Amino acid sequence: MSEPTQNRPETEHPIRSTCPYCGVGCGVLLSPDGAGELQVKGDPDHPANFGRLCSKGLALGETVDLEDRLLAPRIHGTEASWDSALSLVAEKFKTAIAEHGPDSVAFYVSGQLLTEDYYVANKLMKGFIGSANIDTNSRLCMASTVAGHKRAFGTDTVPGTYEDLEKADLVVLVGSNLAWCHPVLYQRLARARKDRGTRVVVVDPRRTASCDIADLHLALNPGTDVALFNGLLAHLADQGALDQAYIAAHTDGFEEALAAARADDPGATGLDPQDIAAFYVLFTGTEKTVTIFSQGVNQSSAGADKVNAILNCHLATGRIGRPGLGPLSVTGQPNAMGGRETGGLANMLAAHLDLENPAHRDRVKAFWNAPDLAERPGLKAVDLFKAARAGRIKALWIACTNPVVSLPETGEVAEALKTCDFVVVSDMYAETDTARLADVLLPATGWGEKDGTVTNSDRTISRQRAALPAPGKARHDWAIYAEVGRRMGWGDAFDFKTHADVFREHAALSRHAGALGRDFDISALEELSDAEYAALPPRRWPLTDAREGGRFFADGGFYTPSGRANLLPVTYRPPLSKRAPRYPFRLNTGRLRDQWHTMTRTAKSARLSRHLAEPFLQIHPEDAADLGLAPADLALVESPSGTAILRVLISSDVPRGTPFAPMHWTGETAPAARIGAVIAAHVDPVSGQPESKASVVAIRKFDAAWYGFAVSLTRPVPEAEYWARVRSDTGWRVELAGQDTPRDWAQFAARLFGRTDGAQIFSDPATGRMRFGFTCDGRLEAALFIAPEPVAVARDYIARQIGQPSPDALAARAGAAAPDPGPTLCACMNVGRNTILGAIETHGTDLDTICTKTTAGTNCGSCRSEVADLITAFSRREAAE
Amino acid sequence: MKNITIIGAGMAAGRLVEHLTEAGGWNITLFNAEPRGTYNRIMLSPVLAGEKNYDDIVTHDAAFYETHGVTCRFGEQVTGIDVAAKTVTGERGKVPHDKLVIATGSTPFIIPLPGHDLSGVIAYRDLEDTEQMMALGAGDRAVVIGGGLLGLEAAAGMLARGVDVTVVHLMGHLMERQLDEAAGYLLRKELVGRGLKVLCSAASKEILGADGHVTALRLEDGTELPCDLLVMAVGIRPATALATEAGIATGRGITVDDHMVTSDPDVLAIGECIEHDGQLFGLVAPLYDQAKIAAATLAGNRATFHQRETATKLKVTGIDLFSAGDFAEGDGRENILFRDPARGVYKRLVLKDGKLIGAVLYGDTGDGGWFHKLIKDGADISEMRDTLIFGPTFQGGPALDPMAAVAASPADADICGCNGMTSSTSTTFKAAA
Repeated sequence: MSEPTQNRPETEHPIRSTCPYCGVGCGVLLSPDGAGELQVKGDPDHPANFGRLCSKGLALGETVDLEDRLLAPRIHGTEASWDSALSLVAEKFKTAIAEHGPDSVAFYVSGQLLTEDYYVANKLMKGFIGSANIDTNSRLCMASTVAGHKRAFGTDTVPGTYEDLEKADLVVLVGSNLAWCHPVLYQRLARARKDRGTRVVVVDPRRTASCDIADLHLALNPGTDVALFNGLLAHLADQGALDQAYIAAHTDGFEEALAAARADDPGATGLDPQDIAAFYVLFTGTEKTVTIFSQGVNQSSAGADKVNAILNCHLATGRIGRPGLGPLSVTGQPNAMGGRETGGLANMLAAHLDLENPAHRDRVKAFWNAPDLAERPGLKAVDLFKAARAGRIKALWIACTNPVVSLPETGEVAEALKTCDFVVVSDMYAETDTARLADVLLPATGWGEKDGTVTNSDRTISRQRAALPAPGKARHDWAIYAEVGRRMGWGDAFDFKTHADVFREHAALSRHAGALGRDFDISALEELSDAEYAALPPRRWPLTDAREGGRFFADGGFYTPSGRANLLPVTYRPPLSKRAPRYPFRLNTGRLRDQWHTMTRTAKSARLSRHLAEPFLQIHPEDAADLGLAPADLALVESPSGTAILRVLISSDVPRGTPFAPMHWTGETAPAARIGAVIAAHVDPVSGQPESKASVVAIRKFDAAWYGFAVSLTRPVPEAEYWARVRSDTGWRVELAGQDTPRDWAQFAARLFGRTDGAQIFSDPATGRMRFGFTCDGRLEAALFIAPEPVAVARDYIARQIGQPSPDALAARAGAAAPDPGPTLCACMNVGRNTILGAIETHGTDLDTICTKTTAGTNCGSCRSEVADLITAFSRREAAE
Repeated sequence: MKNITIIGAGMAAGRLVEHLTEAGGWNITLFNAEPRGTYNRIMLSPVLAGEKNYDDIVTHDAAFYETHGVTCRFGEQVTGIDVAAKTVTGERGKVPHDKLVIATGSTPFIIPLPGHDLSGVIAYRDLEDTEQMMALGAGDRAVVIGGGLLGLEAAAGMLARGVDVTVVHLMGHLMERQLDEAAGYLLRKELVGRGLKVLCSAASKEILGADGHVTALRLEDGTELPCDLLVMAVGIRPATALATEAGIATGRGITVDDHMVTSDPDVLAIGECIEHDGQLFGLVAPLYDQAKIAAATLAGNRATFHQRETATKLKVTGIDLFSAGDFAEGDGRENILFRDPARGVYKRLVLKDGKLIGAVLYGDTGDGGWFHKLIKDGADISEMRDTLIFGPTFQGGPALDPMAAVAASPADADICGCNGMTSSTSTTFKAAA
C-alpha cells in the first residue's frame, strides 16, 4: 500500500494559522525559517485577537522542536510499519466488535483535534462501528455547558460574540480566570474597561489575576453559584426587572424556575449580604451585561445546573443575542467547539443533531450511507474508563490526549489501560503517561504540521495551516482514522483524499442539520474548491446561503421542539465530595498562566516554564498556620482516591478551607504532583463532567529530610519521592525532596545527571548542605543543591550559569559583579523581580513607568498585575518604615 | 640622647630601628652577626628561585644607616651582655647603653644525625644558605629534610634551577602544621608533577659523606638518597643563649611581658627569640607588632602587645596555598569544604560557635586575606555561612527565596517574605557520610 500524500506545508509567508491553546482561537502568523524553527506573531486581521497574543501563543515557536516526538508507529514498543500497525488496529477492533459487540470498543479523543479529524473519527465510531462510545477530553471542560445550552436552547449554541465584551457595560466572570486562561479576551475586556468604564464582577472562590480589573469580587463558597444566580433571578423578579414580553413570547418554565429560585438561599454562598446586594443591583440596573463562564462553572457535579441558573437570568431579562449582552461560555481547548459541531461527544450525533432523535438519526444514516448507526448514547469519559477498568472495553483508541494525567482518579485510569486488551494511542509524543501504556503507538502530526479547521468560543471557524513538514512517518489524525475505516471494510465511506474532502462532507451534512431546524449550518461552505478551502479566512457560523454569523435568540427562535427556550428550575446542591473530619479541605484546581493542559507542548518552552515552575498548593495563611506549614514547605495532599505532593504557597488569595492547586503536572514533569490522582471521579448527573474543583482532601506537611534544586544541560533523571522538572533556557531545572536521605550524595548527584566524572563539591555537614557541580572544559554542565530545608538559592541565576565558565556556581547566587535579576516575572521579556524592584526604587510606583523602564508587561501584558502587586507590596513596606 | 643597643638586624629589629629613628632621641648601635643590615628574609625564596635579586629584598641599605646615624656593627658576633654594667661586648669591643633590645632571632634546628656536621649540610636561614643552594644547577642533586613551608620553598627554588631534589618528610603529609591532609595531598601532587621527589612518613637515619662532604642521606628503611647538598628545614629554636648567660629569664624563648620588657627593666626583646604568654613567633606580622610595642615602651608610653592570628602563604610560584588559624578537628568544630578537582582547588573553613577559626585554601587563595580578617576579628559569620567559602564577592546580596520556583510573585507576598528560612540550621538532618 502506498503512503497517503501528506499535505505540503504552505510556501507563502507568513502563513496564517490559529493558535492551538485555549478556546479564544487567536490568529497567528507563522514564518518558518526552513530549518525547523518557527517565528510566531499575532495575526492583526484575525477577529479573535487582532494581533494580540498571550505568553503561551508567543512561545509557540519554542515548542515545535522534535525532541520526544513519536516518529514511527510502534507495536508493543517495537517500531513497525504503518501497514502492519494499522492492519493490527483494524483487525483488533473488528475482532472485538465481532466477539463482544460494537459497544466493546471505544475512542477517546481530544478538543485539540481539528474538525476534520473529529469528523472522521465520529463517523467511523457512530456510523460504521455502530457505537456511540466516542468521547473527548472536552467532557472535562465543556460538557456541562453543552448540557446547559441544550436544555435551555435545544442546541449547544453560543448566542453571542467576542465583540459583546467591548459593547457591554457590565461583564460578570463566573468561574473564569480570564486573565490567565483566556488572556487575549482579558486584554480585550481590560481595554474596553479602560476606554468606556465597563464594570467587572468576578465570581470565584479564589482571588485570581482577573480580579485586578474587578469592581467587585464575590469569593463565594465553592459550588454555590446556583444559589447566587437563583437569588439574582428572584431579585430581578422582585425589582420588576424582568422582560415579561420576552418571557411570554420566547420561553417556557419561567414560573417553575422562579419558584425554585425563590426557594434557594443565596446565603449558601457565604458572601456578605451587602456584596450580594451590590452585585444584584449592578446586574439589575445594567441592560448590557455579558456573563462569561468557564471551568469554575463546568467542572462541577452541578455544572449543568449552574449554566442554566445563569441562562435563566439572561433569558428572563431578554438579555440574549443582542450586541453587548448575553451569556458567553469560553472554552478551554482550541477546538472544543469544532468537536461539539462534529458530534464528538458520546451523547451527540453530528452537526448538532441529536442521537436520541430518530429523524436526526435517519437523516445522518442516509447521508453517510451508514449500516449500523448508533442509537443510544455511548460511555462518557469517566464511565468509559470505568468500563475499561471493569474489562468491558476490549479495544480502546486514545488520540491526542493524556487521560492518565487529566482524568480524575488517574490511578484507576492507568489500571483501566492495563486491563483493556488492546490500547491504541495516536499522539505526537511517545513519552506521555498514557502513551507508555499503549499496545500500538501511532505517530500523529501536531500543530504547525496539521491542516484543517477549528472553531473558537464565538463560533468563528479558522484554518490551522501547516508551516512545517510532517516529521518522520507522522500522519494526520483524519487520515489515520480514514485508513482504519477502509481497512475495516468501509472503503467508500472513508475515501477521503484530502482534509478539504472531509470538510466539504462536514459542511454538506450541516445543510441537513439546518434543514432539520438546527443551528449548526455551514452549508455555504460545502462547495468550497480546494483552493478556496486553502484560502478560507476566519468565518463565524452559521454560514448558509441566507445568513452569516451574527447572534442567536434576540427574537427567540430556539431549537427546542416548541421553538421556545426553557428556563430550568434549578436548586443549589453542594458538591458531591463531602467534607469530613478526615478530609477537611476542599481542593480547587485550575490552570496557570503559562502552562496548558499536561504540558506536553508548553513544557518544551523554557520561557513558559519560568513563571510558576513548580506544582504548588496555594493555601490560606491561617490554614497553613494550623497545619504548621511554612512557605516553600512541601504539603502532602491526600484524598480518598490518591495523594499529591505540592509546594506550599501561602496566600490569602484563596479562602480558608479551600486551597488551590494547578492541574498541569504529569509523570514526565512531576510524578508525585499529578493532581488528577486526588480528584474524585464524581460527575455531573446531566453532563457527565467530573467535579474537578471540589474534591475533599486532607493536608499535612510532607516531612522531607532533604530538599534539592538542580540545573543541567541534559535532562536529569531524578530518583526522589518528590521532583518537578521543567525546561530552562540552558537545559533543565529540577526541584527535589525526599524522606530517605541517600547514603552517598556524590553518587546520587552522579546518577541524577548521568555523570561519571569528578564533581565540584561544597559541603557543610553541620547544616546538612551539600552542593555538586559538574563541568566540562571549565564550563558548568550540571549542579545540584541539597539542604535540609527548602533550598534557598538564586535559581534563575544558577540556571543561567549552565554552559558558562562559572567556577563559583556552587555559591548559588550572583557575585557582586553580576546583579541577580531575580525570579522571572515577565516571561515574554524575561524581566526578573529584582530588576523590577530596583526600578520601583529608582523610578517610583507608577505602573506604566515601571513597565516602560523594565519592559516588563510590555508584550502580552499578563504580568502587569504582578508588577502592580510588587509596587503595592513595596509601597506597604515603605509606609511601614 | 640616650644610648640604645640592638642585638640583631633581622626584620623585627629593622622595624624597630625605623620607629626609633622616626621618634628621634636615640643613639643607636646595631649589631648583626650577618655581614649586612636588614633585608626581607621572607623573600629569600624568590631569590633562590631566581625570581628576585638580593638587592630587591634589602630593606635598609648603608645610606639609610648613614642618614640616620646608626652605628652598625655588622658581621660581628656579640659575646656577652652585662646587665648590671649596661654594656654589650662584641668581638670588636664593648658598647655601653641605657637601653638594650635583644632581637637575636632564631637558629635553625639541626637534627643531630650522624654526619650532620659534614660540609654541604646546611639550614635555610640566611643569604649564605641561599647562595649555597643557588650554586647548584642541572645535574646536581639535593635532599631537603623537612616538608614544611621553608623546606618546600627551598626545594622548589632548587628545582626551578634544574636541581634533582628529594624532600624527606617525617609526617604523613606535607606542611602538616598549615595544611590538612587533603590540601597536603593536592600540594604533593602538584610538586611531584613539577618533578620534585617527595617522601612522606620517611625518617632520616644517617648522613653519608666522603672527604668531609655530604654524599647521601640514608633513611631508616635503608633507602639511600645521593646528594650534593643536604638542606635541613625542620624547625627553628629561639636564640636565647646570650640572654640566658646574662641572667635574663628565659623559657623556650626570652620571656617578655606585654610591653616587650624582659626580666630586666632596661632590657627588651622582640622577634623570634622571645616567648610571650607561652607562645613563640615565626611569622613576620607579630614581629612587626612587637617592634611597634617596644618602640612605644622605650618612648615611655604604655602599649600592650596582643597576639593575633597569623596566616601562612607558601611562596612557590604557581602554587596558591594559604592557611590561617586553627584547623584541627575538635569538639564543636564544624567544617565547610569546597573541592574542585578539575581546577585543583581545595578550601576548608573551620567554624566554632558561629565564628571562623581556621582556613585552608589550596589552588585559589584570593580570599585568604578576607578569611584571615574574619578569623582575627572573631566575626559572626552565621548569616553568610552558605556563601562564606566563596569569598567576599558573594556576601551581602539580597535574601534568597526558597519559593523562587513557584512564587515569582505570589500576589500578597512580601518582597522578601521567606528569608526566615534561609538561616535555619537547627533542623535535624542526616548528612551523607
